Amino acid sequence: MAEIPEHLLRRSAEAKAKTLGVPVEQIMAELGGESVPAAAPAAAAAAPTAPAAAPPPATPTIPEGVRTQRMLTVVKAKAIQGAKRKPTDKVNVWPHLLAIEFVALLVVMGLLIVFSVYQDAPLLELANPNEQPNPSKAPWYFLGLQELLSYFDPQVAGVLIPGLGLAGLALIPYVDRTRSIRPTDRKFAIMMFTFFVVASAILTIIGSFYRGPGFNFTFPWRDGIFFDL
Amino acid sequence: MADGNDSGNGRTTLGERLSGVGERIRASEAWESIFRPGSPFRKGYSDSPRNRSYVVMNNVLYHLHPVKVKRHGVRLSYTLCLGGLSFFLFILLTITGIFLMFYYRPAAPEAYIDIAALSTDVAFGQLVRNLHRWGAHLMVITVFLHMTRVFYHGAYKPPREFNWVVGVVLLFLTLLLSFTGYLLPWDQLALWAVTVGTNMGGYTPVFGDQVSFVLLGGIQVGGPTLLRFYVLHVLALPFIIVIFMAVHFWRVRKDGGISGPL
Ligand code: HEM
Repeated sequence: MAEIPEHLLRRSAEAKAKTLGVPVEQIMAELGGESVPAAAPAAAAAAPTAPAAAPPPATPTIPEGVRTQRMLTVVKAKAIQGAKRKPTDKVNVWPHLLAIEFVALLVVMGLLIVFSVYQDAPLLELANPNEQPNPSKAPWYFLGLQELLSYFDPQVAGVLIPGLGLAGLALIPYVDRTRSIRPTDRKFAIMMFTFFVVASAILTIIGSFYRGPGFNFTFPWRDGIFFDL
Repeated sequence: MADGNDSGNGRTTLGERLSGVGERIRASEAWESIFRPGSPFRKGYSDSPRNRSYVVMNNVLYHLHPVKVKRHGVRLSYTLCLGGLSFFLFILLTITGIFLMFYYRPAAPEAYIDIAALSTDVAFGQLVRNLHRWGAHLMVITVFLHMTRVFYHGAYKPPREFNWVVGVVLLFLTLLLSFTGYLLPWDQLALWAVTVGTNMGGYTPVFGDQVSFVLLGGIQVGGPTLLRFYVLHVLALPFIIVIFMAVHFWRVRKDGGISGPL
């Protein structure tokens, strides 16, 4: 209690004295005697009101329905006004971010146009359900799965693995509970993710370039490439 | 005024008249109704912190961004722009795709004939088709790389868990868009790649046959499949992916902007 500033204590005592009709000094003494020596000028200001009120009863009673105010506590300004969040170093989106995005857009657009000018999209013969080309390959992003088909039962390679893979991917944030984002704290998570990415990349590359007629193993430099985009 | 200009004969020059017209247009009610107060198109742009904010606030596309971002988020090496580029490629694919739709009928032999004609008879037809196809392959790559960059930054950790899940849905939708588009040229490559791909769906335990039938609109890839994939490709899937993208971008900002720094 000792930290409460003196002027606040005095104000509270004055208010109490006014409602109870007792001298301020008495309340001050009750509140925390030793720290406050009697302050005459303020008491004098409060004194004239005291006689006007009803004679002080032995136990001060507050009339029914009348609310009185009293100080419950003093909240230090720092606790409610202090900024909780540390200030972060921020920059304006325009021009800093938009300029970079614009350049990235131009670069990709440029590369894509140049590539499209020199490389035509494939168009083979009209679709013919009676004549299956050998080999028949899925689009490249499914070739890892098609590669798995040559090792596992179709239900495993075609349904179970992609299904579990997608579900597992979506569940990563709920399984990996480490809060830290520092690479040194997440060695296991990084290792697992890298393993799966590299494994699917290898499977996709094998399915794309090392599989020939009958989806049999070939070497691209020996038998040619059986791959269309 | 007249003595100030170089023509010297007291008459207004063409340049002055033009700039006068420009000023009157910019002061007109119609112009002011189009551009919001503070827009650089009203008063011109001069570099000040206030105007830097106005640029972002007064353009609906730029407004996907906050006015300010963390300094490290701007470094090219942090996001490598991969999410933004995926979005840009999606826009590019939408525009080129609308162009292609003008020349394409989703029916069994016509589709092939239309694509062949597009390559030879239509101005820039081949180029636009190339952009659409290579752009689609590139988008699969950028979305995948975006996912790996998000993983290695640990950017899926709280509060961003749900946005990662939204991202996985986006990856799945991107693959589906690419796959349904693959059938549309209706050549041997399209038919058999999709046959191999959809065969996998037929292995679904218990109701594999039903899954395959709904997917193909028949027991094998044919005309009904083409129509089905076409509607999915040009309408249903883009509609769904746009909704998920909106949620994705909104969450990036609600979750406190770009994660990090590491
Ligand atoms: C159509 C595909 C997608 C688009 C257009 C897209 C777009 C974006 C954009 C523009 C950002 C802002 C930061 C950045 O550019 O890196 C972002 C952030 C993010 N994306 Fe994607 N995204 C896509 C797919 C994905 C996928 C497949 C995942 C994960 C499975 C994912 C998870 C996230 C997460 C967690 C963030 C917050 C990253 C951070 O705060 O650093 N998104 N996305």
